[in-house]
Amino acid sequence: MTMAAFLVAGALQAQVPAASPINPIFESSATFVPQNRVDELTFAQWKQLGVQPARLCSDAVFVRRAYLDVIGTLPTAQEAREFLQSTNLHKRSDLIDALLEREEFADYWALRWSDTLRIKAEFPINLWPNAAQSYHHWIRESLHEDKPYDQFARELLTASGSNFRVAPVNFYRALQNKDQQTIAQIVALTFMGTRTESWPPSQLAQMAVFFSHVGYKPTREWKEEIVFFDAVGDEGLLKRTPVQLAEVSLPRTAILPDGKSVRLEAEADPRIAFANWLTAPSNPYFSKAIVNRVWFWLMGRALTGDPDEINGSIAPENAALLDYLSQELVRNHYNLKLIYRQILTSETYQLSSLPRGDAASSRAHFASYSPRRLDAEVLIDALCEITGTSEEYSSAIPEPYTFMPVGQRAISLPDGSITSAFLEQFGKPSRDTGLQSERNNTFTAAQRLQLLNSSQVQKKLQGDAMQQMARSAKNNDDLVSSLYLTILSRNPSTEERAITLKRFQQGLQRDAMIDVAWALINSTEFLYRH
Amino acid sequence: MKIDALQSKEPAIGSMTRREVMHGTFLSAAALLARGFSLPAWAETSAPVVSPGKAKSVIQIWMWGGPAHLDTFDPKPGAGLDYSGPLDHPIATNVNGIQIGELMPLLAKQADKYSLIRSMTHGLNAHETASYTVQTGRLSGGHDVFPNVGAVASYFKGYRAGYKGLIPPYVVLTQPQGRFSEAGFLGQQYKPFATGGDPSQSRFAVEGVIVPGVSDQRQKERRALLHQLDSLGHSLNDDPQVAQMNTAEKQAYELILGDAGKVFDLSEEKDELRDRYGRTTFGQSCLVARRLVEKGVPYVTINYNAGWDTHKQNFQTMRRRVPEMDKGLATLLQDLSDRGLLESTVVWWCGEFGRTPKVQWEAPWNGGRGHWGQVFTALVAGGGFKGGEIVGASDARGEEVRSRPVYPLDLIGSIYRQLGIPADAKLPHPEGLDTHVMPNATDHLPTAGLLKELV
Repeated sequence: MTMAAFLVAGALQAQVPAASPINPIFESSATFVPQNRVDELTFAQWKQLGVQPARLCSDAVFVRRAYLDVIGTLPTAQEAREFLQSTNLHKRSDLIDALLEREEFADYWALRWSDTLRIKAEFPINLWPNAAQSYHHWIRESLHEDKPYDQFARELLTASGSNFRVAPVNFYRALQNKDQQTIAQIVALTFMGTRTESWPPSQLAQMAVFFSHVGYKPTREWKEEIVFFDAVGDEGLLKRTPVQLAEVSLPRTAILPDGKSVRLEAEADPRIAFANWLTAPSNPYFSKAIVNRVWFWLMGRALTGDPDEINGSIAPENAALLDYLSQELVRNHYNLKLIYRQILTSETYQLSSLPRGDAASSRAHFASYSPRRLDAEVLIDALCEITGTSEEYSSAIPEPYTFMPVGQRAISLPDGSITSAFLEQFGKPSRDTGLQSERNNTFTAAQRLQLLNSSQVQKKLQGDAMQQMARSAKNNDDLVSSLYLTILSRNPSTEERAITLKRFQQGLQRDAMIDVAWALINSTEFLYRH
Repeated sequence: MKIDALQSKEPAIGSMTRREVMHGTFLSAAALLARGFSLPAWAETSAPVVSPGKAKSVIQIWMWGGPAHLDTFDPKPGAGLDYSGPLDHPIATNVNGIQIGELMPLLAKQADKYSLIRSMTHGLNAHETASYTVQTGRLSGGHDVFPNVGAVASYFKGYRAGYKGLIPPYVVLTQPQGRFSEAGFLGQQYKPFATGGDPSQSRFAVEGVIVPGVSDQRQKERRALLHQLDSLGHSLNDDPQVAQMNTAEKQAYELILGDAGKVFDLSEEKDELRDRYGRTTFGQSCLVARRLVEKGVPYVTINYNAGWDTHKQNFQTMRRRVPEMDKGLATLLQDLSDRGLLESTVVWWCGEFGRTPKVQWEAPWNGGRGHWGQVFTALVAGGGFKGGEIVGASDARGEEVRSRPVYPLDLIGSIYRQLGIPADAKLPHPEGLDTHVMPNATDHLPTAGLLKELV
């Protein structure tokens, strides 16, 4: 701890009123001590605003939270037990490091990126199944190999070639229409974290010049399309007069979104000039936009309040933190995983979801963890994993590529058109716009019905894994422990154990087990990241 | 109703700031409550935004795949066997001068109740773009993905307009339409409630409402157990997200244990009537649809996905499928009429397009029909639309519009008019853009005017 932070901590504790009792299921007895620069910056703000941070979360909350946030997957009972039993003082940061290297990390973040880039085979985005899957695969591999974020963006922005063979060209195909202004609008949303709807029209038109030579042409293969640098523009070579052709081939000056001008050489793809500007360390949008979004993904709320707008009408929640993370990304050669790591190993991330003091203010300033309902895909995967069951996914397009094997996980579905009634019901984004707000995790009565009382969930609870768990338990006490570790990643409290054991004394054992499992999967604790 | 009056009374959804709308994960408690789709309690405070139209409800029969117009409501025996195939004996109906396909003898007796638009056109031959256009009236490829008729109707005729039912205002029997997100930019809360299950089974197990093998007593005990074990819920019950879940749970149990779910219990109907509808999924879906509109549900879609995309074996499929459709739809019209519901219920039937008038006898189709967006037929009935009329015509072979084209927008706009939804009413847009129920002239969508002939 730095001296400054120590003084801050002392000052803050002095303001704390009589301590409320610790809830040992969810809270740890440790109080917040800044661990890194992220903590120092959040802490400074709480002090300034007089906001009291929550206690740190318990180990049980942490293990579950880390698995769900980092790899979109529940810890198994065994994984949860090992973490809870470990006496390693660094076990929380060790767990983060291990999770960042898991295969599911790439799966889960490819899902987020597929939402953002609108990967969908059909309507209104029309990638077609094999192009969608090649695109998804490319993104997953990029995440898997920790491709630097500037390189990732550059490859997407400057790619040319076949939609089946050069996957990143699909960036220019995952659009509702392909005119240069639409492309510019999507580039701004995706990589500059800003909506051009609020720009003066001339600014968008100027940016669109960089995308005025993106050409598309079919081939003789069904649904194959070549995206290429069309030097003479979309009018085509043959339709131009010699005078017009001469004009096209003259170097021009184009205006970048920050107002600077750049000379575009004749016969050079202007997308390259744009990508050079975008990914330069001094770019005012690029690194800020992505760290703002990463913060949103991990913490449930963007630093600017809106994950898709860094220049909104409201000042960023913590401008110093946004600047710091953005500089860190540049300084670390655009290694996004290091940003994830800084956030996830901070104590700010480890705060309990039980606020102390005013709840709204606590959430608004990241002084407690934001509870949020599990994403549709994560929820159904968790239900399948717990019960040892599988879901069927299908697409309206009857192409071989859209048929998914048994045991397919929803977080790894490669194409937004491949779906299920459950995913649709629980707010899987339609991938029409790429806006993060497309994903809606607000509970509806229909969703509640599905979980409380559907034959789908009832059948899962009768699944093989549940029966296996019952058979291998030594006694009811042991079975209750297994149910809690499997579903809630923790051991039951004395009181919870007493309530569940009482249920086992009534009626059929099988019904009792199903009802206890049913109650746990319908609990707030299971349905929310917390 | 004048548009300014509408805007001044715009309730919570329309008055949310852009930031609130964009920022789905961190809404205030009030905004969260306002966005749930099934919240009768708070909805009472919203002013009605539509003038009372003739129609209160809509039943849409969505012919997924696009059935052949020549083999259903626009027969062309005069075009020769290459066009009509073996179905070359259209039958007379109870309206002088109207003939329909020979596989629909029951609908022939109901022709006074419906009108046929034989000049539907949009020229699109791909399922996804045609589905979008027929159900939204818009062309794909613009800046936005628009909501379909059901989502718009549930926005204007649902809880904001005083609908108080526990059954969601937009129901689809039994699976979602797929292909495109029905709610478009209106978002998740205007998506249809898909029942799942099969109404032709002995018990229609509507997903979530009825689970076989769990008694009411056990339901109550389970619920008590859940509340006892919900440790985090007890600690977080002030959180707006958790409060919303609790509200949703209360509504869910009213459907599970209360009377509202009985609307799906077809054993309350006489066997004789159930037989008349046909004991098929489609026939019994028609019966459920009638029961839903009887309870005031504003929009019900029967997603009739029964192999109408007849690239191969067109005639075998039609002989197998059309009779069950004939039975279900004819009984629905008669039943609605008998109960005095037809006057207030629009029934519309169509697919995303028609099918190639010239039969593809060659391999690999061997008597199939391809996609045909140049001209096709839609059926409309009830809700103030006249019956026994024919609007427009296709040419002698059913290949092109001969007279009075009707674009999807014209049909949809006419349905909105019957429902009393003003064409210029604003739709809430996530980016705050100015979007309306019907497009402006500057949107350049093809139109040939509303169906004045039918009112």
